[in-house]
Amino acid sequence: MFNSEQNHWFVRKVIFWRAAASVAWSVLLLPVTTALFAFLSRFSLFHPIQWISESFSLLYGSYVIFSLVLLCGVVLVVGVFNLEYYTVVPSVPCTKIALLGKVLHPQQSVHSLVHSMMGIMVTWCAATMIGGRYWILAAPCSEEEGVTGQKMCLNEYYLFFLLAGAFMGYSYSLLGVVRNMNYVSFQTIQQCKYLRFKGMLPQVVRYSAVQSLYSVRNYCLFYFFFGKDSDCLLLYTKHSSLHRLDTVSGLLDFRLLYHLWLSGTFLLLTWHITLLLFRIFITEAYSFPVQSSFSEDVSQCLPKVLSEKQPLILKFLALQDLFLLSQQSLSRRMEVFSLSQPGGHPHNWNAICKECLSLLSDLSQRLVEYQEVVASNGRARPLSSHSDQRSTSSETLGMSTLIISSLMSLQILSIDIGLKTPSSSPFSSSSVNRFVGNVDPSSPWYGSVQSPHVMRRGPKLWTASTGRLKFAHVKNFLARRVLIMYLFNKLPEASSQALFADSQAHIWALEGLSNLVAASYKEDRFGVVQTMLPSILSTMLLLQEAVDKHFKLPHASSKPVRSTCCLEDSTFKTLRFALRAALKTAMYRITVTFGEHLHSVQMSAEHRKRLQQFMEYKE
Amino acid sequence: MNSLSLFPPPGPDGNITLFESNNELVCGTSLGSRQKQGWEPPSLLFPRESLKPHSRPESSSKAAFLDHRDTLWMRSARAWRDSGLSGLLDEIANCTEEEVPRWLTVGCSWTLALLRWVSSFHGSLFPHLTLSSEDMVAEFSQVLDWSDCAVRAFAWHPHTDKFAVSLLDDSIRIYNSKSATAPTLKHRLQRNVAALQWKPLCASALAVACHNCLLVWHVDPTSLSTRPSSGCAQVLSHPGHCPVTSIAWSPNGSLLLSASPVDTAMMVWDVAGESCVPLQRVGGGGVTFLSWSPDGSRVLASTPSALFRVWETRTWTCERWPCLKGRCQTGCWSPDGTRLLFSVQGEMVIYALTFTDAPGSSKAAAIVADLSETSFSTSQGQVRVGGQVQTMAWDPRGERLAVLLKGTEPEPVISQHILLPVVRSHSTTSIGFVKGESGAEPRLLQFHPHFPNGALLTVCWSNGRISHVPFFFVSAGGSVLNPGGSPPWPLPQSRAVENGERLLYTEMSS
Repeated sequence: MFNSEQNHWFVRKVIFWRAAASVAWSVLLLPVTTALFAFLSRFSLFHPIQWISESFSLLYGSYVIFSLVLLCGVVLVVGVFNLEYYTVVPSVPCTKIALLGKVLHPQQSVHSLVHSMMGIMVTWCAATMIGGRYWILAAPCSEEEGVTGQKMCLNEYYLFFLLAGAFMGYSYSLLGVVRNMNYVSFQTIQQCKYLRFKGMLPQVVRYSAVQSLYSVRNYCLFYFFFGKDSDCLLLYTKHSSLHRLDTVSGLLDFRLLYHLWLSGTFLLLTWHITLLLFRIFITEAYSFPVQSSFSEDVSQCLPKVLSEKQPLILKFLALQDLFLLSQQSLSRRMEVFSLSQPGGHPHNWNAICKECLSLLSDLSQRLVEYQEVVASNGRARPLSSHSDQRSTSSETLGMSTLIISSLMSLQILSIDIGLKTPSSSPFSSSSVNRFVGNVDPSSPWYGSVQSPHVMRRGPKLWTASTGRLKFAHVKNFLARRVLIMYLFNKLPEASSQALFADSQAHIWALEGLSNLVAASYKEDRFGVVQTMLPSILSTMLLLQEAVDKHFKLPHASSKPVRSTCCLEDSTFKTLRFALRAALKTAMYRITVTFGEHLHSVQMSAEHRKRLQQFMEYKE
Repeated sequence: MNSLSLFPPPGPDGNITLFESNNELVCGTSLGSRQKQGWEPPSLLFPRESLKPHSRPESSSKAAFLDHRDTLWMRSARAWRDSGLSGLLDEIANCTEEEVPRWLTVGCSWTLALLRWVSSFHGSLFPHLTLSSEDMVAEFSQVLDWSDCAVRAFAWHPHTDKFAVSLLDDSIRIYNSKSATAPTLKHRLQRNVAALQWKPLCASALAVACHNCLLVWHVDPTSLSTRPSSGCAQVLSHPGHCPVTSIAWSPNGSLLLSASPVDTAMMVWDVAGESCVPLQRVGGGGVTFLSWSPDGSRVLASTPSALFRVWETRTWTCERWPCLKGRCQTGCWSPDGTRLLFSVQGEMVIYALTFTDAPGSSKAAAIVADLSETSFSTSQGQVRVGGQVQTMAWDPRGERLAVLLKGTEPEPVISQHILLPVVRSHSTTSIGFVKGESGAEPRLLQFHPHFPNGALLTVCWSNGRISHVPFFFVSAGGSVLNPGGSPPWPLPQSRAVENGERLLYTEMSS
């Protein structure tokens, strides 16, 4: 797992230290949560004094100290996993099958396995701290006789507890995948870390408690149905358990459920706090120098860092820094607008501007390609080679986009065959058949393809009809299988989300660039920005056009359901709206600043017309 | 320090203030006595009688429509959803014997009593919490006598000649210089509108502070529709954050702040993402009024207690400013964002605070104007003017300050400039009182954000009239006043520079 990315100077010097600091703080918070847990686990309403005195005596006990050491280890491992698995660009699965693939991915399996084991460890600690009947795995079968040769039985409470830990650990990992918990989003405002943590803590506590409640419910159901099998796994034979817990009466033990819920909350809370601290530390703004007089530091300067592709977090932090400097820091803006000392070239500005523009034009390109794929969905394409090319060209867009586009092109093909092949060349049928072997049966066009009219007419007009009929049978067969249909059914608007998954970078690029351009009106003494103004405007207008077109597609402008919780970060779901707003704001910022002067900027007539709309506030 | 005694006496009865020229307010009997130049904002009239307020007390209609033979579970669930824990307890406590066991009803009524006792204790700490939400909006609104006012909120668009008016019947109308259609915005959740603001650097977005949510309308400027559908509105709500009494967009258009007197947290909204970050500070018991400085670096947030905060927007930390007398009623920023004028309830003065980035600057509010009652002898006899400040507006060039006083009829207009910036003392000269039609009281003030020939004050009157009073003056920065011709459209940035320089180095004789 330690690939070349980890050896990058930024990861070594900054990210590791930030992660280490976050883990250190979670370890420091551990005694507090543990003490609270110990306190609440002994809760008794009717003996408050006994409760308090018992809790205090417990806190000094050696078990608690030992548990703390163990829990520190657990938090450390969770921290390492957070660092290994975090991402700033979420992967949005577009179909159920893609989601399933994500869950069953080997990397994810390691995650789940380790978290289950750690869950067992945490609940073991919890069980030890609670003590009493959760103390040890084996218990004497009958309480009254203390003679030797006593038969030992299985203490099912203990087993129940440990399995609950494994279950909760696994569900934490599973939900993490489904809800993209490893996605790290950046805050809209820059608060200091302590205040951010303080503000989020109540929500995290509430979230952990609620999640633990759900976990307990699911676990109890699970245990009720599969409890017998779990016994068989152990060497203890049947009938050895003192209390049977896989019965309704056995499970309706209120004290047991309370302890289970409390332990679950404790487990989730420690892990969620670790996750929260990790996110807070990792997304903290980092200030890169704009230029350096030492040649060895040049690679760490903002213009250089912006153009790097690899650690995505570095690119994101650099763009965030660009956004902040363009808004807040006059002196750093002056450095951006400055000329290089020998030569007098605006290297800093050129590099920054070029990188931002390439980011933006990449996005427009991506959107245009996607629109072509979608637009051809409803229109006839006589040659399948077109869609062939399209699906190969879109491979560069990453896995998720590939899935969309290939599925799309398959859909197109199926329409092509169904509706238009009579008029098109029969020679294309071989390549068509190659594709239709695994066609998406859930396509909305499926019904129209299968209309009896076309079916009847097909054989008459086309010689290669037998293969087509077979194919239709296969499709019919597949479509009837509900499971397959369910798995391949595209999630609405997921493809839109996937397209804009990394748009936070584009938003910062837009904001940073437009702020710099606006500031240049007064601060740019050498006129370095003016030379780039035509290309900045045309790039933004092109993007504007592409985005406008994208929002006319179905599902693109529907608002996704937002989770209210802080930890399930669904910022990526609405990034396309944020991008659209940021783009307009950026355009207006430039037009408001330059006003009538923009008329003297060279641009195409179409763009000028569009710009005029902005200058008249009609967008 | 300025005081009302330095003011010229208000004009004779029956006359209305038409415009200002040569530092004097010109009165006349009709609006037509001034030559037209360019687009004139329409002077609108919304008669109080033509607008029907919504009279729907929640409790009465509820009893009339709901089927009472629902099961207990249904009713409890509804009570929980409608009014939370207290509603649920109230529902169970009022059940009959056969539905729930007696011990449960008794337990619930006891818990409810305990809850009320605790909340009354909380209410005695923060008396505003005992108000109904409508009264709360009326209490903390910038509009004088909000609950009875035909025009409840008004907002100029920051860049174009366009404004939005919120009326008593909870509808919003938008008037545009470039199109004849005046769209009317209505929404199910748009009730008790306390404030309106257009998003800067955007043509279409209008934020509305409503009874229990924030609405952000996207009104397409090119659309010809007179009734945009409620699908054009984004609903932003957060539990416990209602009624919203004040909103403020950041001047760069990226963030929206909202405040509620009930919620101790001020919300920072990312409108496109519909997510918010609460900025919680417990002291004060809520946030009533927000004002973002024009340069975007600071935000004034006043609370219902004798305390207000000034947030800086880089890392969102705040300074606490305890007041002696009462809560901070209103405040406004100088165009360069370095000075804040504010007024405190219970005192008839205007304070000024100066913010500089340099450390060690004196941190105390100075009194810049005394507005205690003064009597003027006019042709009609004695006129007494003076009182507490309800709201203030500072024109975008920083040369005119309009102050709306509570309890007196005309409002004074003060011209503002700095005498000696080195010692950081201020001075104001007085221009006069703006008078409306007879019997009309001013309720709300706002300056046009970019009037080319000086400043344009928009006043909403109690009789439903919205009038615009232009002040023609030469900006000391050098832009030539040319009332007849068409002066060049001043750019916001260049204007800011002029302001900065003028405030520091020049002295205006007026």
